[in-house]
This record gives sequence, structure tokens and C-alpha cells, in this order.
Amino acid sequence: MNTDIKNNVARDTAAAPAISMIGTRAMLFEAPGDFTMAHQRRVWALMDAAGARPDVQELIPGVTNLMLIFSAPPDSPQAVADWLCHAWNTLPERHIEGRLFEIGVRYGGALGEDLAAVCAHSGLSAREVIFIHHGSEYTVCAIGSAPGFGYLHGLDPRIATPRKTVPSLNMQAGTVIIGGMQAGISALTGPNGWNSIGFTDLRVFDPHKQPPALFAVGDRIRFYPESIEL
Amino acid sequence: MITILETSALNTVQDLGRPGYRNLGVGTSGAMDALALQVGNILLGNQINDACIELQTYPFVLRFDAPATFAVTGIDAAIELDGRTVLPWMVETAAPGQVLRVGPPKSGARGYICLAGGIEVPVVLGSRSTQLRGSFGGLDGRPLEAGDTLKTTGAALDVAGYGALPPAAALDAVVAAEDSKIIHLRAMPATDYALFTPESQQRLWDTAWRITPQSNRVGYRLSGAPLELRHRVELRSYGVIAGIVQVPPAGEPIVQLADANTVGGYPRIATVIEADLWRLAQARIGMRIRLHECSFTEGVAAMQPINTYLDDLRMMVARYRSSARCRAGMKSGAKA
Repeated sequence: MNTDIKNNVARDTAAAPAISMIGTRAMLFEAPGDFTMAHQRRVWALMDAAGARPDVQELIPGVTNLMLIFSAPPDSPQAVADWLCHAWNTLPERHIEGRLFEIGVRYGGALGEDLAAVCAHSGLSAREVIFIHHGSEYTVCAIGSAPGFGYLHGLDPRIATPRKTVPSLNMQAGTVIIGGMQAGISALTGPNGWNSIGFTDLRVFDPHKQPPALFAVGDRIRFYPESIEL
Repeated sequence: MITILETSALNTVQDLGRPGYRNLGVGTSGAMDALALQVGNILLGNQINDACIELQTYPFVLRFDAPATFAVTGIDAAIELDGRTVLPWMVETAAPGQVLRVGPPKSGARGYICLAGGIEVPVVLGSRSTQLRGSFGGLDGRPLEAGDTLKTTGAALDVAGYGALPPAAALDAVVAAEDSKIIHLRAMPATDYALFTPESQQRLWDTAWRITPQSNRVGYRLSGAPLELRHRVELRSYGVIAGIVQVPPAGEPIVQLADANTVGGYPRIATVIEADLWRLAQARIGMRIRLHECSFTEGVAAMQPINTYLDDLRMMVARYRSSARCRAGMKSGAKA
């Protein structure tokens, strides 16, 4: 993936959200403070409220931020910003009762060739890495970067592994991957800088299905080993 | 129906794009020069969102297998119909079997072959645009190849021989071009502008950024003296739209365009305003761009001349077509 969710980054320690215009038809709302799931749930609440505004054409939820794309430039960006701040300060967290996906993974082998790199970085054995990976429950935090790609929150920090300096050129769609503090399942076959540790036959995007993306924000994911090849 | 006889890489079917699915990671795609496509569709009496063939590599040759009315917009190029010169931005009618050849542009980069009735490919997620990354939309989600056939829905029009003044002639740039190799664009400072050093902020506006060969529908990579942050930042993934100017760690900016990723993580220094994106779409590799700072109000006002230009064109097309019909003794709305 070209982009990464950057957890645990204290970019802005101010208490107030940062709001900026991106050109004339988009506005970016950024929550203050560190990444927390509580903040993410407040962003989801904001997304819900913003979606009901008649001037909003599209919303892109990011990691503790939200981009509003308007159908026409707003008459008063300040009025929209004030509305966002008020909504942020008053809306309760939105707890999404997401669906639970249980996904079988073929760990290791040629399609999980970066397992060794995760072991080297973590100082753990391959079996320990695999055990820790399928021992956690993950939450779909945001969808983006590629059609249907879900950024999964909930990776055990012991197996967090930085992205590769040289990306794989032709990683298969369905590869189970780790990028920094995030986990995921690659959505497309192509270049990818995350670490592959296994493979699933699941396809996370089908443009001819409704909805086209398998996951929605708030969904929960558990992995289980279908096979292990070391 | 039309048959593609000759094409090279990266020519695709595009309409005005696929908004509404960015929250699922699906970028908008769509014509890079949306203005040129709209001009083509207005000239041909199409729906404004009808699909066309976007050309990025030349020559491109197609055969009309049925009578069709067409216009090539976006570029100035040597265009021939069975060897006879055809002007860009003009409406022409082809007979079955006639061959249209579009040569490399003399000016501009992306040509739009628009047909009366539009190109008929399945609508996927609300659009006919090719989504190259996701391999869907357009013709089987891929660039056109020699031998491909495309369906067209429209019949040939009864009136042809009229056209549009190209936008580059009709619309003033922010700065009158003294050097045709420099494109002038307006941009608004974006979220992270203040995180850059004062020298870098100034350099953003003062540099004639060169468009590198690593530039395509996803975005343009620019080359020039690197821009520096006051201090290193790690940003959380955020939404990306066409026109956003990001600065990766090496300091040379990228302008994200029609096939951009839906989210990004690099600092955002500015956004090229919507009104000037078509100029960028027609800028070629090796040319230089200058960014001129503009406010939100100026950015909104900049759309006005474009809207007026399109409205005037609609009116002119309607008047010309009814006048031509009167002179030919045709009934209004009659087809040839």
C-alpha cells in the first residue's frame, strides 16, 4: 500500500479539532490528540451526521479525520466548520455493531514469504507470530487506499512490523499482511509494501455486488489457521 | 459500432467519473480534462456525462462501422477522416467504413473522441469510466487494444460542420503565457502549508516546477528544489481528491489527479483549484508549471468563466442547429 495508517502519533496535542479547506469543494476535519478507538468512534458519529447534510456529496472517513466533499463550494466554509465543531463536541461515540468475519488463513509458504521478516523484527518464532496474529480480534477502522481495502485495528504490538523498504512487485489479492501497527488483507494484485504472512481466498471487493466492499467500518475480524507452511 | 485499428498504451473509456464510492476505497477516475469532454458532449447534443475515448498516446486509429457524428476535443492535432483533414473541436459525420486517425498533438496532451450518443459500455457503480487499478468499468476494466469494438448508442446527427472555440483560446489563464512551456495554475494553501519553512512556502510559488516522466492519470510528480518541513511529521491517513499537492519526504511535490488513491499520508501543502485542473490535464511531461496563490473566494469565482463558456456554447449549438435545419428545410428535431 502506498499509504499507511499512522497510529500513536501525537501530531496535534491541542484540544480543538483542525479544520481546513482542500480546494473549494472539500473540507478536512481532523480530531485533536492521539489515535484512540474512542476518537475513531466519534469520527464515525460525525460521518453519520455529515452524511445527512444536503450539501455533502461524498465523505471519506480517515484515521481520526473526515473529509467532506460538497456538491458545490459552500457559501460559508466557516458556517460548516462551526457546525462540525459543534457536532464533534456534542455527539456521543458511535458504536457500530459490526458483523463478525471468521477468516481462514493459509499461513506462511510462498504467499506469506515475509513471515521471516516479521519473526526477525519481533524476535519471535513463526509459530508464535501466527498464534499472536490469530489470537486478536480486529476492527475495520477505515476503508481506502484500494477498492475495499480495510485498515484493521487491533494488531498485537509484539508483531507490529514496519513496511518494507522495497515493496513486493506482484503481491496477490487476498494476501494477509502487516504494515506497521495495522493488519489487512490485500485487495488487489500488484505492488505492496506491507509484510505478507499468509493468504486467504476471500475477495474483499466485487464491483458487481451490492455493496461492492465486503467489509464496512466497524466490522470485526478473527483469523484462524487453515494451514501452516513453514 | 466502432473498431479500434491502432492504439498504444493507456487509452481508455471515460465519462465524468465515479463519485460516491471513495468511502469504499474506489477513486473517481473520469476524464482528466473534464472540460474537454463536456464541450464534446454539448457539441453533439449528448448527456453531459456521456462516455468518450480518452487518448494519452498516439497515433490512434479507429473505423466507424455505422454512420456516426463525432468531435475530437482536448488537443490540437493532425486528425484525418479517410485521409481528409478534420479540425479538432468541430462536429463531423463519418460514413460506415471510414477511418479516423488522430496523430500526436501539436498542443495539449489528452484528446477526447466524443461520439453522438456516447460510448456504450456497462455502467459499473454509477459510471462508465475505466477504473484501471480496480480493473473494472470502461471496456472490461482495461485500456483499449487494437481489434476492440465499442458500441455506440446514438444515430448520426442531421447537422454537422460547427464547433467550439477551444477553452485555451476562450478562457484567460491567471497569467498571460509569455512562454508556452510554462502552465500557470491557481492553488489554495492546504492543511499543512504552515508546517513548511517560510523559504519553502515561498519556493512553492516561485518555482517553475518541471513535470517529470513519472506523471500519469494518478498524479504528476514535479521536479524542483525540494520543499522542507519545519520539523518531521507523521500524518494519519486522510482523504485525497484531484488537485491536492502532497510533499513526500524527498520534498518534490506530487499533484494527485483523476486516478488518485482515495487516501494518503503525505503532508498537503496546497490544492490546485478545480477551475484549473483541465489546464494541468493538458500539460505535457517536460513542461513546467507555476502555482499562483489564490483564496477560497477567488477559487470559487474562477468557475464562473467556465460555466459561462459552457452555457454560451449550449446556446450557440442550439441556434446553429436550428438555423441549419431551417436553411435545409428540415423539420425541427428531424434525423438525417
